[in-house]
This record gives sequence, C-alpha cells and structure tokens, in this order.
Amino acid sequence: MTLLDASLIDWSRGQFALTAFYHWFFVPLTLGLSFIMAITESIYLKTGNEEWKKITKFWMTLFGINFAIGVATGIILEFEFGTNWSKYSWIVGDIFGAPLAVEGIFAFFLESTFIAVMFFGWEKLSKKFHLFSTWMVAFGSNLSALWILVANAWMNYPAGMTFNPDSARNEMLSFSDVALSPFAVNKFLHTITSSYVVAAIFVIGVSSWYLLKNRHVMIAKKSIIVASVFGLLSSLAIIITGDGSAYQVAQKQPMKLAAMEGLYNGQKGAGLIVLGMLNPAKEVSNSEDPYYFKIQIPKMLSFLGYRNGDAFVPGIKDLIYGNEQYGIEPAQKRIERGKISVNALKEYKEAKVAGDTAKMNTALATFKETFPDFGYAYFENLERLVPNVALVFYSFHIMVGLGFYFVLLFLIVLWFSFKEKLQQKKWLLRLALFTIPLGYLASQLGWVVAEVGRQPWAIQDILPVFKATSHLSVGAVQTTFFLFLALFTILLIAEIRILVKQIKNGPKE
Amino acid sequence: MNYLKKILLFYVDGFRHLSTLGKTLWIIIFIKLFIMFFILKLFFFPNELKNNFDNDHERSNYILEQLTKTK
Repeated sequence: MTLLDASLIDWSRGQFALTAFYHWFFVPLTLGLSFIMAITESIYLKTGNEEWKKITKFWMTLFGINFAIGVATGIILEFEFGTNWSKYSWIVGDIFGAPLAVEGIFAFFLESTFIAVMFFGWEKLSKKFHLFSTWMVAFGSNLSALWILVANAWMNYPAGMTFNPDSARNEMLSFSDVALSPFAVNKFLHTITSSYVVAAIFVIGVSSWYLLKNRHVMIAKKSIIVASVFGLLSSLAIIITGDGSAYQVAQKQPMKLAAMEGLYNGQKGAGLIVLGMLNPAKEVSNSEDPYYFKIQIPKMLSFLGYRNGDAFVPGIKDLIYGNEQYGIEPAQKRIERGKISVNALKEYKEAKVAGDTAKMNTALATFKETFPDFGYAYFENLERLVPNVALVFYSFHIMVGLGFYFVLLFLIVLWFSFKEKLQQKKWLLRLALFTIPLGYLASQLGWVVAEVGRQPWAIQDILPVFKATSHLSVGAVQTTFFLFLALFTILLIAEIRILVKQIKNGPKE
Repeated sequence: MNYLKKILLFYVDGFRHLSTLGKTLWIIIFIKLFIMFFILKLFFFPNELKNNFDNDHERSNYILEQLTKTK
C-alpha cells in the first residue's frame, strides 16, 4: 500500500468518524427525551394536573429543537457510502438495503407523522389520542435506530448472508438471522438504553440549573424525579445489555475484547481491569509489560466473557501468533486460507469467462469453504490486524467508569429529592449540571470502542477497511472533511444557542 | 374525503400558527436540506460506481477485479 493510499484511507475514515460523531450528538437526546415526554404526559393524563402538561410541553420544545437540527444529518453518511466507500457499499448493498428500506417505510413514516400530530394537536385532539401520538413518536424514533443498528451489527457479525461471486455482493439468506442476531439485539438494546441515560442526565442537569436559580421549582423537581427513575432503570438495563455485548464480543470478536482490556498474553481466570495505565512502548512483537499499573477484579473477565471464572481469555499475542494449548491457530493460517479464497474467486471468474463449468464448480466449492477468512488475504504484516489498543482501552474504561458514576448520581439525586432536600444541596445541583457533557462523552466513547475496536475490518474477517474505500484524490476527501466540519459546527452552535435560549426562557408558567 | 380534508386542514392550520421558534427551526431544516442535496450531493458526492460504469455487470466486474488483487 502506498503512502498516498494510507493518507486517503485515514482521511476517509476521519471524515466518516467526524460525520458520525456529529450525527450521534443529536440522536441520543431524541431517543431518550421522547420517552421522558411520553411518561410525563401519561402522568398528566392520569392526574389531570396541569403542571405535568407544562412539563411535557417544555421538554417537547427542547425535543423539537434537537430533532429539527439533527434530522437528516445521518443522510450525509449515506452520501459518503456512495462516494468514499463505494466498494464497500456495493459489497454490502443487499444486506443494508432491506433494514434501511424497512426504516424508511415504517419507522420514519411513523415518527414524522406523529411528530406533527404531537406538536399541532394539543388543543385539537383528545387527550388520549395526543398521548398515543407522543408514545408513537418515542417508538418511531427508537424503531428508526433499530434498523441502522441492525446494519451496523451485521458489519461486526456478518450473519444470515451469502456472498454471490457473480455479482460481488452479499445477498440475504435470512432476514431474521440478520435482524435478530445476538449481536444486533444486544447492540440495539445497549445503544438505546445508553441514550435514555444521556437524556435523563440532560433533564436532571437543566432542571438542576432551574433549582440553582430558584426558578420553575416545582416543574424542575418533578422533572428530576421522573428523569432520575428513568435514568436509574435505564442504567440497570445498560449493565445487563453491556454484559450481553461483552459476551458476544468475547465469542465473535476476541481481538476487540483483548484490546478493550489491553490483554496481550491470554490468561486462564483473567481479571477485569477497574483502573489501569497502559505502557505506550508495548507492541505485539516486544516483551514490554503492557501496563504501568492496574487494579483488577480477579477472574471477572473470564466470567463475563465465557460465563466461567476459570476460562481462558485469548490475548492479542495468542490471536496473532496462535496458542496451540488452547486451540487458537495463528493469524498466518487465516491469511493463507484467505489467499486461497481470493485465488478461488479469481479462478471462478476466469472459468466463467472461458465457459469451463467443471472448473467453475471446483473453484466455487473452494471459495465457499475458505470464505470465512477471505479478508485475511490482504494482510502481509500481522500487526496490522491489531486495532489501536490505547484508544479502545481508555475509551472503554472511561465509558464504564462514567456509567457507574451516573448510577450513583441518579441514586443520590433521588435520595435527596425524596428527602425534600435537593434544592439545599447546591454542590449536587452544580454537579448534575456539569454532568450533561459527560453523558454525551460516554455515549460517543461507546461508539469509539465499538468501531475502533473492530479495526482493521469494515466487515469482520471479510473486508478490511483499506479494501472498502473508493479511489479518490486525498484533496477531494480533505475538502469535504473541512466542509462538514464547518457545516456541522454551525449546526451544533445553532442547536446549543437555541436550546440555551429556550432553557433560559423556561417553561410557560 | 371529508376525513382527508380534515387531516389536511389540521396540518395547514398547524403550519399557519407556527411559533417564532417553530418558524426558525423550519428555516434551519430547509437551509440544511438545500445545502445537503443541492450543494454537497451534486458537487461533492458523486456516486463513484454509478457515474463511472454503465451497468451493474460492469460494476460487478470492477469490484471483483479489485477484490482479487491482493497487492
């Protein structure tokens, strides 16, 4: 690979990451706030207390701002698929087509139809139908996320498909295998519940600011109770779904798990690191100690990954160089099988042109047998199979640490709320306010772990990122990178300014 | 028909009575969509395979050629 190619790949990846980062800035609040609004409106319908209506309308306004500014930012990712990732788009096309089409037809339709009803229908529709619309917006938003996350999960665990050597595309064998793969289910549940936590933190933070300013006190206190309970329940769900995700990663993406823990040498009864610092001099090929220091829970990684505290967890070195004792073959073997697979595809293509059916069948059989290692054919340097360990390790541990901090915050806020002492606890209100950006940080770090951790693969074991990019000039990708940076930064500033203005105005009393 | 008219009027009335904030958000949405579809998509994001090849057969052949190159 030439230096120019490397630069093109890095800029293409950077551009995609930038777009996804900005897009994901808007999404979690939409997913979570929609349910918080639906809950407060349900309480309004049940109690008939007008204060709950004011609360619902206020959060609905902030939801509207976030939705309006964030809507369609994800479309740019689709533009990038066609331009920067054209080979990848072609190869995965049929897999992505079905889930995204379902999203377009059902989820987006549901969401956009009921959003209008929700905003325009307060005085024109029955209370029950209005509430129904609000719940439909919440379900529609989350359903939209489902299909995109299914597509993303498939890239990590390409189930329910077959590669057609004539069209060079993956074709779906079973929709349910794609949509209901354990990877997809866990990814969806983990992502939406983490988004609920982001929204809960947002509501608590904004309400805390009102309490600090002694404004809209009753509205703020009620909002805090709803958001704390919602956030706490979502956090508990995150712990369960996070455990499910880690289990799936251990089974299907052991390299990602090893990077998450900075585990170079596999261990029986491996511990889970609670706090640690990596040694930057550590590489796969040297014998440096991977950590400057670490505090770990003994046997926990083995238990979480394999449901057995004494299980062997392969490290990066085991996955690269193999470990005969535990039946882990060296990556070099997979590279050799990958080359056989690519060669068989080439032979199949040549035999087809020559009209040699017997040779076609032989080549096809070899190709199908070796296809699970197809993507390894493109690697000569084994170390390129290792993701950026430091980035994955720190992102994972900061995310998990923040997750537990949020649980604690929800509990403390709830405790003082029920004791009627929350407003006196200025330190806690300030802490809650400054936790808003930490919610977003944790959510973004989750994506860093998921996406950087599966490098170098665009599709796990099948297509490396560097084979997925289009042949564009680096200058063209750089230009669009900075265009996006400008456009999305303007949108972000607009969002924050309008949100802050609306928060300062407060709910209509 | 009467039902459809009611739905239409519901939307028309809703848009007619938009608040200042609502109008601002719609302006932002339209500007954003214009930039995305009429500037970015047209001038910066051509579909590489669609533009460079005439049909799916040629596209498949190109992809297969790329996939069978390991160097």
